[in-house]
Amino acid sequence: MSRAGVAGRTPVIVSIVVSLMLMIVPLPDWAEPFRPDWVALVLIYWAMMMPRTWSVGIAWLVGIILDVAQGTILGQHALALCFIVFVTVRLHLLIRVFPMQQLTATVFAILALYQFILFWINGAAGVDVDAVSYWGPVITGTLFWPVVATLLRGVRLRVQHGL
Amino acid sequence: MVASRTDNSNPARIPALGSRVLVLLFVSIVLMVLDHQQDHLGAVRRTIGTVVYPLQIVVDAPFRLWEWVRTGTTERNEMQLELGRLKAERLLTNARLQRLSALEAENARLRDLLEARAQVRDEVRVAEIIAVDANPYRHTIVIDAGQSENAYDGQALIDADGVIGQIIQTGLTTSQAMLISDPSHSLPVEVNRTGLRTIANGTGEFGRLDLPFITNNADIRPGDLLVTSGLGGAFPAGYPVAVVDTVNRIPQEPFADVTAIPAASLNQVREVMLIWSASELADE
Repeated sequence: MSRAGVAGRTPVIVSIVVSLMLMIVPLPDWAEPFRPDWVALVLIYWAMMMPRTWSVGIAWLVGIILDVAQGTILGQHALALCFIVFVTVRLHLLIRVFPMQQLTATVFAILALYQFILFWINGAAGVDVDAVSYWGPVITGTLFWPVVATLLRGVRLRVQHGL
Repeated sequence: MVASRTDNSNPARIPALGSRVLVLLFVSIVLMVLDHQQDHLGAVRRTIGTVVYPLQIVVDAPFRLWEWVRTGTTERNEMQLELGRLKAERLLTNARLQRLSALEAENARLRDLLEARAQVRDEVRVAEIIAVDANPYRHTIVIDAGQSENAYDGQALIDADGVIGQIIQTGLTTSQAMLISDPSHSLPVEVNRTGLRTIANGTGEFGRLDLPFITNNADIRPGDLLVTSGLGGAFPAGYPVAVVDTVNRIPQEPFADVTAIPAASLNQVREVMLIWSASELADE
């Protein structure tokens, strides 16, 4: 853990907090179903690049906070985030050498899995669901992935090499 | 695997990942079951809510700043127009208020005659909305009044035009409230014109409520005002809720298909009013 000590964690925590804030920024009604899953994107990135420091534990904690912030069933986002981060960590050696297009396709699959878990829990709890709010975040999330990955890459290089 | 703790260099597996995931998934499921079935986790939510509150403040800050700048730089003539409009509105409201006080006095006299229990005024306080739930299938808002302002679970919220919703969770300085348009919200109402009692359900759309239990032969028509009936105890009686929009009588069905438009503009308000109903005040 060369430079990724206590000081190296701060930028990562900041990125997670910013993603949480993006999840609660009010959007116009029509845009609401298309809000990308910022938290999922950021957690996927850190789980892929630094799986020893940022994996399922932090994902679960962030998920619980997200549940409270959005007023969903307590544990819903925690479970979904925890699971996709687990999948990402298991695959991290494979996917982090992917070229961006292939990586984006993988992220699409992971986001679809994430929404599936959320919807499954909603369904079990008797919350009404429809197709737009299923695919909306998956599609916008995938579109925003290259941007998020590029931004976080800058943060990561700074953390790891002190650039 | 043990020697190196760097994130990048060691291609080995992360130790104990599987068991950690299993434990966390299990904890999540236990939490969800507890939360969904028994609602025992109010304290947990409140505690985590204190972490979320600063985030909401920060997120809300630019919007407040924008609002502040906008009102600060409004053109002078625009302000004067607004002032004129407000003055006219105040005059009208005052005129109505005068009639109201006369009516109130008359009402009290009549109630005296009937020896009915006198109606007591409700107490009202203004709170601001600081966040709106992101999920379109759960219409909830967060307001900046909590236990420190004596808000309580189930407390009714109104705006200038009518009922907005009720508090479902009080934090220390903030509370979460469910709007009447939330699909899982039901509200006992009565038709102001006839006194017909029924239930208004949320639909998940801000501009529509369903009235599923109105019989085909009931006296109800578009334009009828629905007010809270005060039954069920959560809402004080007599506040406007919605205006009946469509009445579709289906001959072979027992109930007519009736929809109503909420009186309050649910997705446009910034300020809400908390009502302490008279009975609730008497309990304290």
